[in-house]
Amino acid sequence: MSLTDKDKATVKAVWAKISKSADAIGADALSRMLVVYPQTKTYFSHWPDLGPNSASVKNHGKNVMGGIALAVSKIDDLTAGLLELSEQHAFQLRVDPANFKILSHCILVVIAGLFPKDFTPEAHVAVDKFFCGVSLALAERYR
Amino acid sequence: MSPALPDTFAQKALTASLSLALRLILFDGCLSECRSAQTWGLITSTADKMVVWTDFERSTIQDIFSKMDYEVVGPAALTRCLIVYPWTQRYFGNFGNLYNAAAIMGNPMVAKHGTTILHGLDRGVKNMDDLKTTYAELSVLHSEKLHVDPDNFKLLSDCLTIVVAAQLGKAFTAEVQAAFQKFLAVVVSSLGRQYH
Repeated sequence: MSLTDKDKATVKAVWAKISKSADAIGADALSRMLVVYPQTKTYFSHWPDLGPNSASVKNHGKNVMGGIALAVSKIDDLTAGLLELSEQHAFQLRVDPANFKILSHCILVVIAGLFPKDFTPEAHVAVDKFFCGVSLALAERYR
Repeated sequence: MSPALPDTFAQKALTASLSLALRLILFDGCLSECRSAQTWGLITSTADKMVVWTDFERSTIQDIFSKMDYEVVGPAALTRCLIVYPWTQRYFGNFGNLYNAAAIMGNPMVAKHGTTILHGLDRGVKNMDDLKTTYAELSVLHSEKLHVDPDNFKLLSDCLTIVVAAQLGKAFTAEVQAAFQKFLAVVVSSLGRQYH
């Protein structure tokens, strides 16, 4: 399920529209994930506050979207572009890759809520494919 | 009293066994009252671990579905599923033109079926305390007649969640999303129960 040229163009167009709200999207998606999928809280036991207004959550949401921005810029070779992040997730963070799917879904929900007219089914499939590609690239160094 | 046992230990043991005896007597009393078939069913089903809905979850689900236009949301969710996860089209071979997104979105059979699906969910909304029984027949249908891979139920659920998120905007808070996804997860589980 690799990205076609059309997919890449669509992803870049969607990113252009949403990137100004990236920080807010990241924070909302992350705090949503912690509520809707409580098992994900196990990765953040070191944070004092897991609520939506938590500074830790907001900051980390920003980090995650920074990673997405990087992925957009490296969309032609996600595996190479995300190698360092993959190593970080594999050897330090050791996040179970099943959670990439969960966070992807939450980001999609937030985008749909903020940009209902732009998040058409065509935009949705391209971004979903992109997130699958990002998830795969992030899991590259796991084993 | 045995001199080998300290008094506090003996006291604790006595209290524990008395309270256990009391509980057994009460339980037995309950059982003899509850020998009717109806309440026996209740006991066995609670032993079966029924889904527990909080007041918030119940009212959230009722609220979302009561305000929903099934003829808009149903087609939107199904068309999105067929476009985002194209392999799901395998179940709609006799629906005519599904060649591209535009065709899918304009297809009247898809639209009609989307509405049918939402009415199926409506049944669950009206029977939240017994989803297993509510969907037993539909589960058999999807398994024996339609031969739908149950993984597809989850794909459609995700698309429905996104359509509802787009409709509700800010009102689709994390807590609302959690309630909505919990409802869909239980429906999906009930639909998968009769597969073998």
